Amino acid sequence: MSLHKAVKKLYLGLILFFLYAPILVLMVFSFNASRSRANWEGFTLDWYRVLFNDPQIALALRNTLLIGVFSTVIATAIGTLAAVGIDKMKRRPKAVVMGISRIPVMMPDIVTGLSLMVLYLFVIRTLGIGRMGFTTLLLSHVMFNVPYVILSVIPKLRQIDANLYEAALDLGATPLRAFVQVILPEIWPGVITGAMLAFTLSIDDFMVSFFTTGAGVQNLSILIFSMARRGVQPQINALSTLMFLVILAMLFIIHKRDQRQAKKIKV
Amino acid sequence: MKRLFAYPYILWMGIFIVVPLLLVVYYSVTATGPDGNTVFTFDHFRRFFAPITPGMDQPLRERIFVSVALRSIRLALQSTGICLLLGYPVAYIMTRKEYSEKSVLLFMLLVPMWMNFLLRTYAWLTILERNGLVNQLLTRLGLPMIDILYTDAAVLLGMVYNFLPFMILPIYTSLKKMDPRLIEAAQDLGAGGVSVFMRVVFPLSLPGVISGITMVFMPGAATFIISNLLGGQQYFLLGNLVEMQFLNVGDWHFGSAIAVIMMLLMVASMVILSLFDKGENQGRSTII
Repeated sequence: MSLHKAVKKLYLGLILFFLYAPILVLMVFSFNASRSRANWEGFTLDWYRVLFNDPQIALALRNTLLIGVFSTVIATAIGTLAAVGIDKMKRRPKAVVMGISRIPVMMPDIVTGLSLMVLYLFVIRTLGIGRMGFTTLLLSHVMFNVPYVILSVIPKLRQIDANLYEAALDLGATPLRAFVQVILPEIWPGVITGAMLAFTLSIDDFMVSFFTTGAGVQNLSILIFSMARRGVQPQINALSTLMFLVILAMLFIIHKRDQRQAKKIKV
Repeated sequence: MKRLFAYPYILWMGIFIVVPLLLVVYYSVTATGPDGNTVFTFDHFRRFFAPITPGMDQPLRERIFVSVALRSIRLALQSTGICLLLGYPVAYIMTRKEYSEKSVLLFMLLVPMWMNFLLRTYAWLTILERNGLVNQLLTRLGLPMIDILYTDAAVLLGMVYNFLPFMILPIYTSLKKMDPRLIEAAQDLGAGGVSVFMRVVFPLSLPGVISGITMVFMPGAATFIISNLLGGQQYFLLGNLVEMQFLNVGDWHFGSAIAVIMMLLMVASMVILSLFDKGENQGRSTII
């Protein structure tokens, strides 16, 4: 029995080692005194200093965060309203709308990216105005984020008592007020889940951004990709180490909070 | 009328989901004729399946694009298989753990996904390259070096690495829902370990297995980054082919045709998988 347990532990350990090995390598080499990717030549914090003085990375980070925040806010607003509307649609049109909404979730990123690029360039060439850049990047991120918000909110709407909204209206609330004060609090956990998903997807996206950005507008993923061809600079390792630690801390706090709540429910 | 809330989205959906796909389909079946007019044609699809003579001195005619597609499918299938073999035991071990250990493990599986996907893949270069960490270790141990970077093996490893959590999580979710008393019941009725697994555990986890397969196969068959970074610039999968047609060659028509073929591949795999899923659901409803 204990051998059995040891084998299981060893197996889990190996799988986790496999998943974490590249991350450890990245982190360790962010403190490497040499530029080399594979040879350890002593400890340094130089790359962290270089990082904070690198305008290209600062700009890419700014773009990533701006697109992440804006696309999350817009997608959450569109997605939440859409979910409320879709929930009340008749069966057949509802199935059609939900089916189409699932396309960006199921479709490979590369197809999403190139189809949006075709759309933008088609419009730009036909009308002869505008160009690819920050706006097209933002629109694309909203586009692939909205379905995730809808899919997170819909299940919460199903749990609501339909009479609550009617009751609010009967008591004299305007539809908007009834929505904000009655429906929104009920579906809030779903809205937050959707928004968090959207933000994560936006920050991590490369493929769609790669196809739909214009000259000179880079986010971190695109910058990393263009660097990868001639060697990623160690300050990127430093940046990802920092980002990773920030996210880890945030996740850890959320996780602890969830655990406390779960315990309370158990008791 | 809450239904009105959906209308702005329906307009949005039309512009950003339906129209782009229709445009891709449109480009895939049209070409600019000699007189400058747009004509309807299946030539791009024909070109995809046609054999190409590589050079004058090479009489061998090869179906280059088809072989790229087959390689994509093969690697995606292999990575799906490996992920299933590696991931199922992980999910199974996890379900049998205590609650607190379970949530820690789940957390540890999710955390790597929060680091930039490109960087995680790129880090494998450091590990796998000729003077990389694996070879340094092997040399120190007096073993022969391995040179797998820029081969199928490296791309496969990258796929397994990136997609393994997508296999583990859905299987874990469906195993978690399983009533442990079912296993006890099967054991009481005299079933051995293998038979309990094959006839009780595995069938009940099938929905998770199927969504895991979908979540590993589809991004694997369409990957661009993994093959680009770990396979090298000369390494082609369907994703690299599409990217090249759109961003380097600028042939939207042929690129769109390849994209349509990719989408058909995805739809076909989903249809095939849903057949299994349906059968399972019906089976379960008759049990309960």
